[in-house]
Amino acid sequence: MNILEFTGLVFLGSMIAGLLGALTGLGGGVVLVPLLALFFKVDIRYAIGASLVSVIATSSGAAAAYVKEGFSNIRIGMFLEIATTLGALLGAFLAVWVSTSAIAIIFGIALIVSAYLSRKPRPLAERNLPPDPLATRLRLNGSFPDLEGVRSYNVQRVPAGFSIMFGAGALSGLLGIGSGALKVLAMDQAMKIPFKVSTTTSNFMIGVTAAASAGIYLHRGYIDPGLSMPVMLGVLTGSLVGTRILVKTETKWLRIIFSVVIVLLGIEMLYKGLTGRL
Amino acid sequence: MVVERAWTDKRIENILGNMLRAGVGLSAAIVFCGAVIYLSRHGHAPASYRVFEGEPSDLHSLHGIVRDAMTLNGRGIIQLGLLFLIATPVARVVFSIFGFAEERDGLYVFFTLIVLAILLFSLVGSSQM
Repeated sequence: MNILEFTGLVFLGSMIAGLLGALTGLGGGVVLVPLLALFFKVDIRYAIGASLVSVIATSSGAAAAYVKEGFSNIRIGMFLEIATTLGALLGAFLAVWVSTSAIAIIFGIALIVSAYLSRKPRPLAERNLPPDPLATRLRLNGSFPDLEGVRSYNVQRVPAGFSIMFGAGALSGLLGIGSGALKVLAMDQAMKIPFKVSTTTSNFMIGVTAAASAGIYLHRGYIDPGLSMPVMLGVLTGSLVGTRILVKTETKWLRIIFSVVIVLLGIEMLYKGLTGRL
Repeated sequence: MVVERAWTDKRIENILGNMLRAGVGLSAAIVFCGAVIYLSRHGHAPASYRVFEGEPSDLHSLHGIVRDAMTLNGRGIIQLGLLFLIATPVARVVFSIFGFAEERDGLYVFFTLIVLAILLFSLVGSSQM
């Protein structure tokens, strides 16, 4: 395969990943590394570098829209970014020491868990919780536009959320993914932040988290321009198209199919990692 | 007072949104230009990503990337575009410092400075390790 064909095929694959990621809300990043490593036989370190770059592009693009709508809470985002960027540094340093087989195994588990998290029914949101002293002192409580007008919320369990965010950052730095599912879990489940605010603030944070490990990746030679170019442009195109047609399509079946794909890729990554073939 | 703060928040959010969009657009445009040069010169060479070799050292550092891009090297220009992309969230963090300072929110200026220090360590400091 010559470079022109390779670039075209990777662009196409990344575009489909970005499109499905935007349509289902599961993010295209998680399938990029398995796609590149399993189908295009790219070394997993180059795959992780290219994926990380595309994660910055899509999250910044999407965050631009959400921030303007007033859903995301920039204070919660900035405070928790301390945890995610520190975690991302740790993850990126670990990525150098951990073997590629071990990375494949961790990746496989992360894929399966993220598919499970996205299928799990969410318990009904608790409203009108009393203000938490720490959250109040950190000025994390906020409000957002709702169907019934402006709805305010009180953030709970700050230390628990902060800790999970550190883990999400480490995973992001180790695997080159946004780990949006884990970020949403920390905010929505642990800190009781409304789902809409959690998802958009998570998206807002992903870019900064990824930038924290991207610097280290760059110095280590993980970011190859020839590979990152079609991946970044493809995912960006796919997710732009995806957000445009988002409202018109029935996404329930698409979500189920995409979840199944993620689980299958997870099993394949686990298998390849355990048999030492990646 | 509350109204005033909400208004400032809203304005900061608007500028942030525009900044992020511009950063992504600019970097995608640079990457695309680099891609045209790279593919027109090397499109027919065989593709090899099976074995990890690490990038040549000139594509690791800011200095090397800028020098490569100046000579209209396709891979150098793509890498420059990717640098712009990585810099977009960093610029967002820098701008947030001014935003919080304008709201006289010392605590959040401090938090944002911590995040900026971590980012700068990754981009600049980690190459010496």
